[in-house]
Amino acid sequence: MDVIETLKTLWNDSGFHSFFTGDGWKNLIMIFVSCLLLYLGIKKKFEPLLLVGIAFGCLLVNLSYFGSGSSDALYHLDLWDNFLDPAHEDYHSYGAILKHGGLLDILYIGVKAGVYPSLIFMGVGAMTDFGPLISNPKSLLLGAAAQMGVFLAFFGAVCLGFTGQEAASIGIIGGADGPTAIFLTTKLAPHLLGAIAIAAYSYMALIPMIQPPLMRLLTTEKERQVKMEQSRTVSKTEKIIFPIIVAMFVILLLPSTAPLVGCLMLGNLWRECGVTERLSDTVQNALMNIVTVFLGISVGATTAASRFLSLETIKIVVLGLTAFCFSTVGGLLVGKLMYRLSGGKINPLIGSAGVSAVPMAARVSQMEGQKANPKNFLLMHAMGPNVAGVIGSAIAAGFLLAVFK
Amino acid sequence: MIEDLTIAAEALTEATTEAGDKLSIGEAAGTAAFGYAVVFAGLVILMIVLYCTGAYFKSKEAKEKAAVEAEKKTAPAVQAPAVPAAEPKLAPGSAGHVKLFDVPDKEAAMIMAIVADKMQKPLNELHFISIKEVK
Repeated sequence: MDVIETLKTLWNDSGFHSFFTGDGWKNLIMIFVSCLLLYLGIKKKFEPLLLVGIAFGCLLVNLSYFGSGSSDALYHLDLWDNFLDPAHEDYHSYGAILKHGGLLDILYIGVKAGVYPSLIFMGVGAMTDFGPLISNPKSLLLGAAAQMGVFLAFFGAVCLGFTGQEAASIGIIGGADGPTAIFLTTKLAPHLLGAIAIAAYSYMALIPMIQPPLMRLLTTEKERQVKMEQSRTVSKTEKIIFPIIVAMFVILLLPSTAPLVGCLMLGNLWRECGVTERLSDTVQNALMNIVTVFLGISVGATTAASRFLSLETIKIVVLGLTAFCFSTVGGLLVGKLMYRLSGGKINPLIGSAGVSAVPMAARVSQMEGQKANPKNFLLMHAMGPNVAGVIGSAIAAGFLLAVFK
Repeated sequence: MIEDLTIAAEALTEATTEAGDKLSIGEAAGTAAFGYAVVFAGLVILMIVLYCTGAYFKSKEAKEKAAVEAEKKTAPAVQAPAVPAAEPKLAPGSAGHVKLFDVPDKEAAMIMAIVADKMQKPLNELHFISIKEVK
């Protein structure tokens, strides 16, 4: 055995060597980015359940994928490019992915097929009490208003040169709903998935910093001090009927929302019907955790340096922030309108909870309301628009999917 | 209405397909405005449906209440045996009763939940003695 030759081969095969050939330096930058994301997730607690997985997926792919020749990589961008290329023999062939793919390629099939986001929605449905929304259906208007950022960011993205499909995927960041953003992006612009998922989850984690300045800017002290009346008690029958009505109505209106809305409402029906506690418990805990593991790591895997480090990513980050801000503004403006129309009975701060980040946005409304008036308890009132936002962002995603698919 | 929306969405889809992947600014503005309108329309109709079901359940509840009250009035008063009332059974994991002074049950529950959240302790490990509104 030629020791020198063997050492040379080992060195040439190693990732360390790859850092110094071609675009390998980009992987080094991405490894730094993944460490930064790990820091934000672990130390700063930015959506840690997903961000830690995404960051580690990002680390793994950038340690193992250095272009199309990387046979030992955990995730292969080139395989997925072939999967999406109608001219290629592996077009839409999951078999080819299973045959040639790495571990993360196989896990990513669940994202590509739209399975993980829908299962996450099932868990969200099982964890959500729609009572505040049922007792005050006006909350739906705030949930609709807070989708303003989705469509403004879509428009902005088209102006910046993105295609319709890409712009739709970027705009949905404003819905403040991670699974919806992943679901829509996988269908319309899968090459942007990493950047969009990271932007969506980072901004969701930053809601307590993004929203309060806008809330104070757009509302007066008097408006923030409004103490809202207690809503009526919702009967168990109403809670059982609600998911059935919403599923029937929304899916008939926009069939493309069926995977998300269907799973959300099925999860909620399991929670409310009172005879499926075991299933509700499994979906809320065990299933949700398992899917979160797969979703986080496989979305992180799409952030391979050769795709992620581009001007497009910076544009997505900026547009995502714009989308979030405008969604907050939309909710607050309609909140102010409702304050006027109700003769000062509705606190406009609950409008900002219309972005669907549950329950973070509602908690921000509660905190800001209490700062203005320590006797204010807006949490339950803000939960109405908050869960309405989940339905609103699913409808927005369904519309964009219907138009651009 | 649903048919109209579907036709409009189809027209938009055709427009975007004809224009290729890139949209003109006018088309993008139209799609954005129409999309926002669809979200509003969908949720407004859902709101109306919820108001209707809510009204039905409220009237049903009111009828049931009235029937119970009428029954109470017509039924002969039954003398209850002079047995001391048994202590109400506590819920599993409960730390006992809390006395409320001018505070509704729901607000008390919210206050207890907020205190538990701020203290980072499970609610069943805290014992609230009383909650009083300071006027």
